[in-house]
Amino acid sequence: MTALRNFIDGLPILSLVTFLPLLGAGLILAVRGDSETVARQARFIALWTTLITFALSLFIWIGFNPTTSAFQFEERAEWLPQYKITYRMGVDGISMLFVILSTFLMPLCVLASWHSIEKMVREYMVAFLALETMMIGMFCAMDMVLFYVFFEGVLIPMFLIIGIWGGGRRVYSAFKFFLFTLTGSVLLLVAMLAMYYTAGTTDIPTLMNTKFPVPMQYWLWLGLFASFAVKVPMWPVHTWLPDAHVDAPTAGSVILAGVLLKMGGYGFLRFSLPMLPEASVYFTPLIYTLSVIAIIYTSLVALVQQDMKKLIAYSSVAHMGYVTLGVFAGNQQGVQGAIFQMLSHGVVSGALFLCVGVVYDRLHTREIDRYGGLADNMPKYAFVFMVFMLASVGLPGTAGFVGEFLVLAGAFQANSWVALLAASGVILGATYMLYLYRRVIFGALTKADVKAMLDLDRREIAIFAPVVAVVMWMGLYPLPFLDVMNVSVTELLNKYQAVVVSTSTADAGTVGGSLLAWLR
Amino acid sequence: MTALPDFAPALPEIVLLIAGMVYLLFGVLRDEDSTQVLSWATIAIMAVAGVMIYRASGATATTFGGLFLVNSFTTYAKLLTLLGAGLTLVMVNSWAHTAGTARFEIPILVLFSTVGMLLMISANDLIALYVGLELQSLSLYVLAAVHRNDLRATEAGVKYFVLGALASGLLLYGASLVYGFAGTTTFAGLAEATKGGADNIGVLIGIVFVISGLAFKVSAVPFHMWTPDVYEGAPTPITAFFSVAPKIAGLALFLRVLYGPFGPMLAQWQQVIEAIAILSMAWGAIAAIAQRNVKRLMAYSSIGNLGYALVGLASGTMEGARGLLFFMLIYILMNVGTFACILSMRVNGKPVEDISALSGLSKTRPLTALALAALMFSMSGIPPLAGFWGKFYIFMAGVNAGLYTLSVVGVLSSAVAAFYYLRIIKVMYFDEPAPALETPDTSTSILIGAASIAMLLLFIVPSPIANSAAVAAKSLFPG
Repeated sequence: MTALRNFIDGLPILSLVTFLPLLGAGLILAVRGDSETVARQARFIALWTTLITFALSLFIWIGFNPTTSAFQFEERAEWLPQYKITYRMGVDGISMLFVILSTFLMPLCVLASWHSIEKMVREYMVAFLALETMMIGMFCAMDMVLFYVFFEGVLIPMFLIIGIWGGGRRVYSAFKFFLFTLTGSVLLLVAMLAMYYTAGTTDIPTLMNTKFPVPMQYWLWLGLFASFAVKVPMWPVHTWLPDAHVDAPTAGSVILAGVLLKMGGYGFLRFSLPMLPEASVYFTPLIYTLSVIAIIYTSLVALVQQDMKKLIAYSSVAHMGYVTLGVFAGNQQGVQGAIFQMLSHGVVSGALFLCVGVVYDRLHTREIDRYGGLADNMPKYAFVFMVFMLASVGLPGTAGFVGEFLVLAGAFQANSWVALLAASGVILGATYMLYLYRRVIFGALTKADVKAMLDLDRREIAIFAPVVAVVMWMGLYPLPFLDVMNVSVTELLNKYQAVVVSTSTADAGTVGGSLLAWLR
Repeated sequence: MTALPDFAPALPEIVLLIAGMVYLLFGVLRDEDSTQVLSWATIAIMAVAGVMIYRASGATATTFGGLFLVNSFTTYAKLLTLLGAGLTLVMVNSWAHTAGTARFEIPILVLFSTVGMLLMISANDLIALYVGLELQSLSLYVLAAVHRNDLRATEAGVKYFVLGALASGLLLYGASLVYGFAGTTTFAGLAEATKGGADNIGVLIGIVFVISGLAFKVSAVPFHMWTPDVYEGAPTPITAFFSVAPKIAGLALFLRVLYGPFGPMLAQWQQVIEAIAILSMAWGAIAAIAQRNVKRLMAYSSIGNLGYALVGLASGTMEGARGLLFFMLIYILMNVGTFACILSMRVNGKPVEDISALSGLSKTRPLTALALAALMFSMSGIPPLAGFWGKFYIFMAGVNAGLYTLSVVGVLSSAVAAFYYLRIIKVMYFDEPAPALETPDTSTSILIGAASIAMLLLFIVPSPIANSAAVAAKSLFPG
């Protein structure tokens, strides 16, 4: 093990994993020949690039030391010395698994787009590989400016993916996605500049140990909140998500749900909680309220959807409500549950979108009523869909259970009323998912075109097999995942809890304090 | 008889001026059309002047009895102006191939107005400032109306001239008020006179008039009315010239005047600049949404961008000046690249200006589309492109100076502005192809390609430019 570790330590592995996809994109651009050859080559290069990136990223996990909360695999290079902005990469227990999540989903996306994308294949693959670089870079960034660059850079490829290869009202959805997110992020930029001005650096570990004056914290927190809340997305700024999901190509939806939404939750954990603890405590009631509304309201909205993708999109908003709830519960179970929920939701919702993609590729509609009785002619599909459906519901033994359970346990300690309301969302979640499953998979197989649909082929089985395995693994033996984040989360919360205790007594006279007291 | 002044600091300007007159003679005496020859010759002499300015960099000198100043700041601003003017002359050259209306006076007028800009940048006295400004403006009025048989162009020229003359009058009136109350027109003397602060109401009114005059020259809201018409009416390369060189010179002059002689009255003029900046950013973003003509769109885009630059100015700090100077370099490159794309928008030998002509460009001319998309994303300030750093520096200066309202309005306008930049990308990438545009000639293609690659490179390695902007900004704050 030590030899391996030494070898890995010698490599700039984070930069390697981050920029390898970009290298693949360059290779794809260099391919010459007629459009048929280019498309075939582009697919294979993209597949191999993403597979190698995934394999490399596993070395990060293998070499990761879970007994420390410090950033690991650190890399550092001067970027803008006169402004003290550096290219600094590193992962800790909170960010490491998100890197793996991104690299894991990427090859599946390439495979899922194998046949369904026919026009401008080369550009499509380049956009996806650029997207992968941005996502991984964002989770590895240890400098706030670097973080922002990747965070915002994601917009470009995703805008093009929805707009060019999407369906329906793709232009409208692409604009909505871009402008919602951009409006949020520019406010993050202002907050970031103000933090830089106060602390004199954008180095994330240094910022975590900087104490920002309290009235200023509220404004900074709101600036960050504007950006992360749109990204999560929290109610009421979630409206871009159903549109973007419905009109994006399947793989675009997978990445959107699987990784991009996690950027918001990650942002709360990386910036809001550790850097602005007083403000986080102050605004916790707001987050509780919005999270509970997201969980209950969007679950109800999901119940009446006619479009499969829209239904899953709304369910994503609800599931991300648990994440924000868990993060701001501010205790070990809550935060670990939130991170675990993000990981499991990343895999499960990504897989659900892949499931929709399978039937959409065959019948070219996502309307639930057009299907029915698929259990008869597509048994393998019915099985796969069932696994993910149950994982989404949070059945014990699947990935979804662990995260939801931990979040609710954490929320219960912090505020039992909020936990009670959030728990009702679990029931609603089961309702709309089972209802969806019944309408699509069960019932009589009457429609002729549905009857003619073929079961999963080898490519599709290759996509789903690893996801099913991961979902079961995360549900049955979640310890490896929780171990990775344990120490980092403890460290984060030690500092945070000290502030919670001091402000809950000092703030009793303020509006936020009394609201907090009332909610307790 | 008094001794002759020291010509050495002003040598680049003198060389340019003499060259301009020689070229004029050459153009008149030569029978055939010499637009192209003279474009290249002007670029060459500008390059020579640029090298001369660069070689003299670092030194601080005044001459002509203190009317003319050279220091690191003027070096940087002049090089930027020459860069902008030179790059647009490349466009003039390729435009002259195709347009029947090319005239040899165009490069020469560009040259003269550039000399005017260089004089403005170096002006160290309100009178010298005015002389430089008028040399620049008069050449620009003629350039705006160079299509003299075209109704739009004539209208643009007249509009520009009348409003421009009014602005010059305002500026001159302000200068006279300042002189009347402070008793001097030299920058050094004014700095001494305003040291006490705001108690001198006459000077204050004078400053407001001077600011209004300058705001007109850089087309800041509410003095922007001429901009869309002039941008639309002038030939594309001239529009490109309008959108870069005079802005740099005007902003450099703003910096020199407000940070130098009126520096002690920061608290007074800051409010005025803040108001102009907010109006420019917001109106530039909102008014552009409805535009269908790509040149009018770029007019509003330049108004908005100028608003961002004014945020740097309003901060009143060295950081603000540094941000502004850095931003302007990026701005030149983005604008030159974009206008080169507009120049290449030709169908069947005729220029088209409607945005819909770009439909499906990603299929008919993928490389141009890619380059223009990169420029548009850069204009909206999205990383990983250099436009991001431009805005980053500007708003950093704004936040550090405590101008939070201004910064928040600024970033929100940039989000609104992103909408119309995205619309161009949407037209190119999401829409079905329109009739294919003609292939641009080599020099235009090089401009487009170089500008978009520069966006990427300057994003990765912004340090050298940021450093020289910092040196330039430092010399604005002597002592």
